[in-house]
Amino acid sequence: MVGNVSFTKLLNGGLTNARLDRDKRAGMVHEELSVMFKFDRVSRTAGLATVLMLALFLGACAKNPNSEPGGLGLGMGQGAGTAVPGSTQDFSVNVGDRIYFITDSTDLSAEARATLDKQAQWLNQYPRYTFTIEGHADERGTREYNIALGARRAAVVHDYLASRGIAANRMRTISYGKERPVATCDDESCWSQNRRAVTVLSNAGT
Amino acid sequence: MILKIATSRAAFLAMLVAAFVGSAFVSRPARALVEIDITRGSVQPLPIAISNFVGSGQDQQLGGNITGVITADLKRSGLFQPLDPSTFTQASIGPGETPRFADWKVISAQALVTGGVARQPDGRLRAEYRLWDVFAGQQMAGQQFFTTPDNWRRVAHIIADAIYQRLTGEKGYFDSRVVFVDESGPKNNRVKRLAIMDQDGANVRYLTNGSDLVLTPRFNPSSQEITYMAYDGAQPKVYLMDVENGQKELVGEFPGMTFSPRFSPDGQKIVMSLQAGNNANLFSLDLRSRATTRLTNDPAIDTSASFSPDGKQIVFESDRGGSTQLYVMNGDGSNPHRISFGSGSYDTPVWSPRGDLVAFTRRNAGLFAIGVMKPDGSGERILTEGFHNEGPTWAPNGRVIMFFRDTQGTNGGPQLYTIDLTGYNEMKVPTPSFASDPAWSPLLN
Repeated sequence: MVGNVSFTKLLNGGLTNARLDRDKRAGMVHEELSVMFKFDRVSRTAGLATVLMLALFLGACAKNPNSEPGGLGLGMGQGAGTAVPGSTQDFSVNVGDRIYFITDSTDLSAEARATLDKQAQWLNQYPRYTFTIEGHADERGTREYNIALGARRAAVVHDYLASRGIAANRMRTISYGKERPVATCDDESCWSQNRRAVTVLSNAGT
Repeated sequence: MILKIATSRAAFLAMLVAAFVGSAFVSRPARALVEIDITRGSVQPLPIAISNFVGSGQDQQLGGNITGVITADLKRSGLFQPLDPSTFTQASIGPGETPRFADWKVISAQALVTGGVARQPDGRLRAEYRLWDVFAGQQMAGQQFFTTPDNWRRVAHIIADAIYQRLTGEKGYFDSRVVFVDESGPKNNRVKRLAIMDQDGANVRYLTNGSDLVLTPRFNPSSQEITYMAYDGAQPKVYLMDVENGQKELVGEFPGMTFSPRFSPDGQKIVMSLQAGNNANLFSLDLRSRATTRLTNDPAIDTSASFSPDGKQIVFESDRGGSTQLYVMNGDGSNPHRISFGSGSYDTPVWSPRGDLVAFTRRNAGLFAIGVMKPDGSGERILTEGFHNEGPTWAPNGRVIMFFRDTQGTNGGPQLYTIDLTGYNEMKVPTPSFASDPAWSPLLN
């Protein structure tokens, strides 16, 4: 990056000036910019908005990741019995939209498989829905590896649902690594909630 | 006649550097009477007196500001102990003046810095400094610079680097910047923006506005450009951005998520991960031709790649053996071999610009540590360990590491820290809000 430096010979102790030819870009720094760069505003994905909505929804039953279908007091003022069959609420409440993983693992537990079997059954019953599988990791890992781990968790769910007859063109996957925790306390009771794969329905068709 | 100098964003600043001042001293062989060995385990900071840079009229404040930045840089390095100005018995020493060395010996200063600033008739700022060996009664170095007045911080950092280099024999790192992710909001609803600042925390500027999730920015070693990962609607992708004009572009369209980008030392290539189903493999992308070369091909997660400074090798993390460990391979992907064998999992390897060490994050027994090891895996040393530490980046001289550390609690958040290679002198880096994912630029000059 440093250009050529030429020195005029020092003869009698006087000051000499050397011209420093430098790379134009290397010299081009530290101007205070008063204008923010213009970027096209990119609205959040529907999937992300849905995750936030679900996070709020689940805030009402934050410590109970394995809530049984039909449980009451789930925050929306409706019990499971009043969820319209085939609605997104029906899916979240009666089927279960998420499964959980142990640390650093992407293996499906028996419980996870049971939930995914119910998801597959429901999705086959209501074929109008497309959806995104979001993979997440907890904060006890490094950023980039967790992005990949979340992606692998989403892929594992994707492959399982495909094996249960869900068409590939209905499914998308995305990883949020450790960037979207739903629980923020600093122990396993929260970290275990964040190690998850969430099936987010894309279109609430009628 | 006063020339108005336009400082448009695209204008480059010509800086004229003067050669050594005072031939009578320069003609002697340079004896490093004042020396700091910064490779030893314990460092005795060198007592140094930094006399206020003189300036007349409105230049007086500028002189004081420059003195302050130089002092802070040298102090923060942990290698120097700037002496309290209230103990100085010789008042302002002008340019060309020889100090009364006896006055400085009395307060045990080993080295003395004097200097001055003067605005020129054409509007430029002239800044000069001299570095003196107090006990030998000799000038060790002296230079002068011309620049625009609003560039005074850079001049101060360049002078601090020159002093650092003269006294340690190592290149300095003060004239550099850090790109990072500014974070705000609660842990479960964080807003992240790319930001850039001088390495001392000054001149913070935001590069994105927070509407897209942005992660892991890295500097191009040879131009004012960064690469980073952003969630642009559907899928995370790797982008390039010119930090001077903010223009960004996608590095390419790929059949899957791309992430974890880093430049090659010549700035011509980017190495990154491409996710395909269950696995993430490393690819190298030529920025001119946009041709991609596959580097790994295995059913594992390969990510966090970093080039050696000669561009011939790449260190990366992989879970191909079960847990995440560090591997080194040739630049073309051949001969991957594991280098981490300590207890725990190893992540985020970064090759030092000096080529001698690899820094990493280690997870072991529930603790996160920042450490270094030689590229062959030997000589592992942990610099700091605790609830959370992550993501080391090297200063341009390979002597200081910056990383981020998260704090516990819903209202906690990450901050940036620097630590010396010896494990000493851990210091927090001031940022406007929470901050993570730091990446250090090369020296700007």
